Amino acid sequence: MASLDDLKKRITSVKSTQKITKAMKMVAAAKLRKAQESAEKGRPYSDKMHNIILNLSKNINDKENVPKLLAGSGKDNVHLCVVMTSDRGLCGGFNSNITKKAKSYFKKILDSGKELKIVIVGSKGFDQLKRAYKEHIIENISFKESKNVNYFDADKVGKMIIEKFEKGEFDVCTIFFNKFKNVITQIPQEQQIIPLKSENSDDKNDVMNYEFEPEEDEILNNLLPKNISTQIFKAMLENSASEQGSRMSAMDNATRNAGEMVEKLTIEYNRSRQAAITKELIEIISGAESL
Amino acid sequence: MSDSFNLEIVNPEKLFLSLDNVSEVVVPAFEGDMGILKDHISIISFLKPGIVKVFTSNEVKELYVEDGIIEFSENSLSILTSRIIDIKEIKKDDLSSMINEANEALKDENIDDQKRFLANQKIDVLNRFN
Repeated sequence: MASLDDLKKRITSVKSTQKITKAMKMVAAAKLRKAQESAEKGRPYSDKMHNIILNLSKNINDKENVPKLLAGSGKDNVHLCVVMTSDRGLCGGFNSNITKKAKSYFKKILDSGKELKIVIVGSKGFDQLKRAYKEHIIENISFKESKNVNYFDADKVGKMIIEKFEKGEFDVCTIFFNKFKNVITQIPQEQQIIPLKSENSDDKNDVMNYEFEPEEDEILNNLLPKNISTQIFKAMLENSASEQGSRMSAMDNATRNAGEMVEKLTIEYNRSRQAAITKELIEIISGAESL
Repeated sequence: MSDSFNLEIVNPEKLFLSLDNVSEVVVPAFEGDMGILKDHISIISFLKPGIVKVFTSNEVKELYVEDGIIEFSENSLSILTSRIIDIKEIKKDDLSSMINEANEALKDENIDDQKRFLANQKIDVLNRFN
């Protein structure tokens, strides 16, 4: 059994760890509120954008001249995956969940003999993926310097993707991020952004007739790049809320575990102290008896 | 109330402005300024850098937008823009940095005509406040 001094030292060390995790939990909780707020505030923009594009694409009569960003390049050979992760660790399974989802997708792509290219946002995801997929990673972007998620960072990523698309470097682009559901649950998502998937476009039959100025395709050409940036921005917002939520619950667990450990160690400490006292007493008594 | 319609201005960060008593909005559409009154035909268009004027019954708001898309349907107007600033709150530092941004963009030799036009437009509009 460890000596009394050792036990005492361990108890203090666990207690100070508990203090740190508790503080991190508080910080994450405060940041979470802010991140959640901005994720919710950002939704109207991306929803509206989505609606307008939906309306526009329904109104396009000339199916031949659909912009490539909407219809794709007609091929399905090279896949670009944008994996959005965090720049900081200690947030539970946040990054692993995304990379797990991404890895299973990578496997599918590689198994079907297609080419894979990976862009990673955030340094933690890079750390996790660099060993297995080093030769596929073409870019690693990190926004450590920006305090809050902002649109201009997302725009940078979006512009880079579009540039690569226009150069014909890939055919299909998918982004991976964590969707924030609540503090305990974050759902890893994959979302295809190029070509744009018009999900449930059939169930809305009330096509409105819009006047367009300038022509539809010109508006679409202008709008689609913006939509990509917007989708990335939305993913970044969801991600930052998820990161804080995940960190908060991870730190909450850590604090609780530390508490349990302190309890266990304290009991052990008390027992061994009592054992030492009893031993001393027995020694004194038996010493007195033998006289 | 009979001559008014709804207006929503959103930027990526938040719902910037939401009014339900707007009588007229003048937007700098790409092919020229456009005034929108109640019962305008449904329209989608996009914006160039310029001033959005919002007329309500008791005041006139002027906002600088850098780009954006407008959608008008069933008497509600949505403006989506990546950067929007109330003219009253615009600061000298912001102005000069935005003008620099546009000048930088112009220096790029491979710039296409549309982008050059937009950058010039931006400088024009911003210089008016200086």
